[in-house]
Amino acid sequence: MATHEPARTATPLSVIVATDCGSTTTKAILIEKVGDEYRQTYRGEAPTTVEAPFEDVTRGVLNAIAEIEELSGRKILDGDEIITPCRDAKTGVDIYISTSSAGGGLQMMVTGVVQNMTGESAQRAALGAGAIVIDVLASNDGRLPHEKIERIRTMRPDMILMSGGTDGGAVTHVVEMAEYIAAAEPRPRFGATYKLPLIYAGNKDAQPQVKKILGEKSALVVTENIRPVLEKENLAPARHKIHDLFLEHVMQQAPGYRKLIEMAGAPIMPTPAAVGVIMETIAKREHLNLIGVDIGGATTDVFSVFEGVFNRTVSANLGMSYSISNVLAEAGLANIMRWVPFTIDEQTLRNRIKNKMIRPTTIPQTLDELQIEHAISREALRLALIHHKSLATGLKGVQQERTISDVFEQQTSGKTLIDMLKLDLIVGSGGILSHAPRRIQSMVMMVDAYEPVGFTRLSVDSIFMMPHLGVLSTIDEKAATDVFVRDCMVYLGTCVAPIGQGKDGERCADYEIVFPDGKTVTDQLKFGDLRLYPLELGKKATVTMQPAKAVNLGAGVGGTVTREVQGGAVGLILDGRGRPLQLPSDQLTRIEMLTKWFDAVGLYPAA
Amino acid sequence: MAHSYTPGLTVTDSTVIRRRRILPLPGTVLVKVSDRVRSNQPVARAELPGKVYPLNLANQLGVAPDEIKDYLIKKEGDAVQKDEILAENKPLIKWFKTEIRSPVTGKVESVSTVTGQVLLREPPRVLELLGYVDGTVVEIHPQQGVTIECLCSLVQGIFGIGGETYGELVMAVAASDEALTPAHVKPDMKGKIVVGGSFLSAETMAKAKEMGVAGLVVGGMHDKDLRALLGYDLGVAITGTEQVGFTLILTEGFGTIPMAAKTFTLLSAHAGQYASISGATQIRAGVIRPEIIIPQTETQAGTITQPQRSGIRVGDLVRIIRDPLFGKIGEVSALPSDLTKIPTESEVRVLEVRFPDRQVAVIPRTNIEVIEG
Repeated sequence: MATHEPARTATPLSVIVATDCGSTTTKAILIEKVGDEYRQTYRGEAPTTVEAPFEDVTRGVLNAIAEIEELSGRKILDGDEIITPCRDAKTGVDIYISTSSAGGGLQMMVTGVVQNMTGESAQRAALGAGAIVIDVLASNDGRLPHEKIERIRTMRPDMILMSGGTDGGAVTHVVEMAEYIAAAEPRPRFGATYKLPLIYAGNKDAQPQVKKILGEKSALVVTENIRPVLEKENLAPARHKIHDLFLEHVMQQAPGYRKLIEMAGAPIMPTPAAVGVIMETIAKREHLNLIGVDIGGATTDVFSVFEGVFNRTVSANLGMSYSISNVLAEAGLANIMRWVPFTIDEQTLRNRIKNKMIRPTTIPQTLDELQIEHAISREALRLALIHHKSLATGLKGVQQERTISDVFEQQTSGKTLIDMLKLDLIVGSGGILSHAPRRIQSMVMMVDAYEPVGFTRLSVDSIFMMPHLGVLSTIDEKAATDVFVRDCMVYLGTCVAPIGQGKDGERCADYEIVFPDGKTVTDQLKFGDLRLYPLELGKKATVTMQPAKAVNLGAGVGGTVTREVQGGAVGLILDGRGRPLQLPSDQLTRIEMLTKWFDAVGLYPAA
Repeated sequence: MAHSYTPGLTVTDSTVIRRRRILPLPGTVLVKVSDRVRSNQPVARAELPGKVYPLNLANQLGVAPDEIKDYLIKKEGDAVQKDEILAENKPLIKWFKTEIRSPVTGKVESVSTVTGQVLLREPPRVLELLGYVDGTVVEIHPQQGVTIECLCSLVQGIFGIGGETYGELVMAVAASDEALTPAHVKPDMKGKIVVGGSFLSAETMAKAKEMGVAGLVVGGMHDKDLRALLGYDLGVAITGTEQVGFTLILTEGFGTIPMAAKTFTLLSAHAGQYASISGATQIRAGVIRPEIIIPQTETQAGTITQPQRSGIRVGDLVRIIRDPLFGKIGEVSALPSDLTKIPTESEVRVLEVRFPDRQVAVIPRTNIEVIEG
C-alpha cells in the first residue's frame, strides 16, 4: 500500500488501537471517544518479535494488544485478527494503526555532488522522512574513487537517495556517482534476492544516463530534483518517494511486516516520521519555535521548527541503552562525571556502563545508579543538539545580497537556524525523560543539556505516545489533537535563564514575580543560584527581570524584561548559573555545587 | 505484564539447534538435504566480485569524454593484464605518445562517454562458507545456503568478540570463582578453547595470544582491558569481525564475576570434547549472543530440553543483572503483581529472589534474567 492511499476507516472513529513497534518493545495504546472528546485510556507493552524464534513482528503487536484487552475488558482480538470495526460497546476497534522502527529503522545512504550543498540537502530529505543516514557520499568528500566504491560495497543500506547538480547544470559528476554505485553493486540489508531501492532526485538532465546505468541494477525511482536551483530546496517529492519505497520494498522484507501492513487500516509510518508530524503540528498550531527530542535506547532524534522551517536529525549512536557506551566514548568520562554528585572510580563506572549496554532493558535500582544515568542522558542530549545545529542550517552556497549595513556583521550562508533566544518550547520524549521518577528531573536534565536562554517553556511526552498520535493525525486530526493536549503533553513549566557570567554570589538579576493570586515576590538572583517557584499547570505569572550590566535576557545587555510565564507540573525555574553554563573543575567544589543545586529544586529524595 | 520478561541465556546439556548458513551473495550450495556435515566442511561457495578500479582516461589522455572510445585498445568486457596498454593516443610525433596501462589484472567492466571513465574489475574471489557445527543438513536455500541441525550442549554468553572458531574444550581453572591468570595458560592449549572462571586480565589475554589459543571463555573482564585489546572504545555492541588473535566470550559481564555454577559445571563435563564457538554479539536489531556449541552423538544425548516459556514462575533460577547485586544467582520466591516503589522512587513490577544463604531481595523484574535450559 502506498503512502498516498486513503486510510481504511470506519467513520466516525470512536475506538482506535495504535502500536509503535520499537527496536525493543512494542507499545500499544487504546484511544476512545468519551463524550465529545478523544482520550487515551489504556496501554500495553510487549517485547518486539522481529527476531528468532518468532520472526514475526505481528506477534509482539498481538501480545501488546492482548495486554490492553486484559486491562480494559474490551475484546479486540479474534485469534490472530483484530476485530474491526466495533461490533458493540465492548467488542472491536474502529481502526488499527501503527508506526515502526523495529529492525534498526530505515537505514539510508545518500549521495550528492558538493558535500555541503546537494549532499546536505539529500541528508535533510532522508532524515526528514525518518531515516538514519549511514553515510553521505559526495564528489568532493575527500575519498578517492575506489574508496567510494569500496564504501558503497560494504554498506548494506535499505535504500539509496542520489542527488546532485541543479537542473540544467553539468551532468558529469552525478553520472560519475551513478557509475560508482553501479560498479559497487550495492546489496540491501534484508533479502538476498531483491533489488536495492534507489531514488534519483538530482539534475533532471542526467535522468536518461542515470536510468541507463542503474535501471537494471537497482529498483530505480526517479523524482524531482531536491535542489532544482541553488537558492531552493525541494525536499517533499523525495520524502514521499522514501515513504512509498519504505512500505513497498523495505518493510516487505522485514519478518511479518506484510501481515502488519494488511492488519493496519492506514499506512505504517517510520516512527521518527510520525513524531516529526506531531512536532510540526504543535509548532504550526501555536505559532512557536520549538525543539523536540526523542531520546531512545539506540538513537536520539532531534526535531526543530524555527520560523516555520522543520528539521530533523538522528544521532544514530547516542542512546540510553544499546548506545550508552557510545555516549561515554563520544562525550568522554570527564563530561559525564561533571554531572555526578558523588565520587566513583573510573573502572567501576566504565564496567557499569558496559553492563547496561549488554543488558539494555535493565533499570537503575539505586539512587546513585539513577543519577549516573541522568548524567549520561544530559551528555547524549547535549551532543545530539550540537549535531542537529550543524544540519539545521540555511542553504549553503547561496549568494547573498549585502548592503552597507552588513559591513560590520558579515554572516556566511548556511548559518544554523537554531536561535536559543527565539526558542519558545522544548518538548522531551523517550524513556529517560518520560519515565523519570520526578518531573523536575526531566526538566533539569533538559535545562542542563540545552542551556536554554531567556524565557523557555518545557514539556514532556507523558508515556511516550507521540509516534501513535503522529500517525493518527494523518487520518483524524481532531482525535490526535484531543489526546495530545489532554493525555500526551505534560507541561513542566518555564525556565528563565539570563545570558552572562559572574562570580558566585554576585548579582545576576533583580526580579519580581506576580503570581495569579496576586502574591508578589521581589528578590535578587545571584550567580550560582538555581531557584524553583511552584506555579501550577494552567496558571500564569508575570515575571520582571532587571539584569545586571553585562547580563542579557533578550532585551540587550542590562535591559529589563517583563514576560508572562506559564506554569506546569514543576513550575518556574530561575537559573542564575550563567550561560554558557560552566561547572567548577575541582571535583569537591563541583560536587558541593551540584548538591546545592539539586537540593534547591528537590531533584532527588534526601539521602 | 504477563508477556513481559527478560529472556535469559540458554545453558543446556542437550538440545537441538538449527543454524542458517547463508552466503553474503548468491552462489552454489555444495551439499544436499540429509547430508552429515562437519564444522570445518564447506557447505556453499560464492564468487565475490573483484575490486573495482576507476581510471579517468579522458583526463589522462587530455581528450573529451565522448572521444575516448577512439583511443581504447581494450573494449568493454575484454580481459586485461596488469601493465597491459588500455588506451593510447596516436600523435604525429611519437615522442608525444601517451600510453595508459592497466594498474590491475582483470577485465574492462565499463566505459563511460559521459565522464570519460573506465572501470576495471579484478577477478572474482572464491568464498567458501563452512558448516560451523557438526550436524545434518535439513534445508537447502537455493543459491543462498543451508540450514544445519545439530544435537548439542549449548551455552550462550552475554558478550563476545571475534568470529567463528573450533577446537577442543579445556578447563584451565578448578573453580568458577577462580580468575584465569597467565600461569593457567600453557603451550599445549594452542588451537584449543580455554575456559576460565571469574576474571580475565590483560596479561592473560597477551599470554593466550602468544600461545595461539583459539578461544577464551570466562565470567568477566574489565572494560579498560577490552579497550586496550581492541585499540578503541567499543560504543555499540555489534561484534564478530574483530581480529585479536582469538575469540573471546564473557558469560556474565564486565567486572570480576564468577561464572554461573551451571555453566561452569556443564563446560567441565564436556572438557576434552570438540566445540564450535562464535563471539558474534549484536544487541540491537536482531539479538545475537555469543555461543559455545558442543556437538553430541545420539548415544551421548540426555533428555532434550527445548526452552518453551511464557513468563517467569516461582522457583525459576534467575541471575541479577544490575547493581547493587549484579551477578548473584537465586530462586524466584514471590511475584507480587502490584507496582512497588524502589529506592529511585520509580514504581515498577518487582519480584522476590531468595539466595542460597536464605536472604531475600526485592528486585525490579527487568533487572533479572531467567537461567534458561
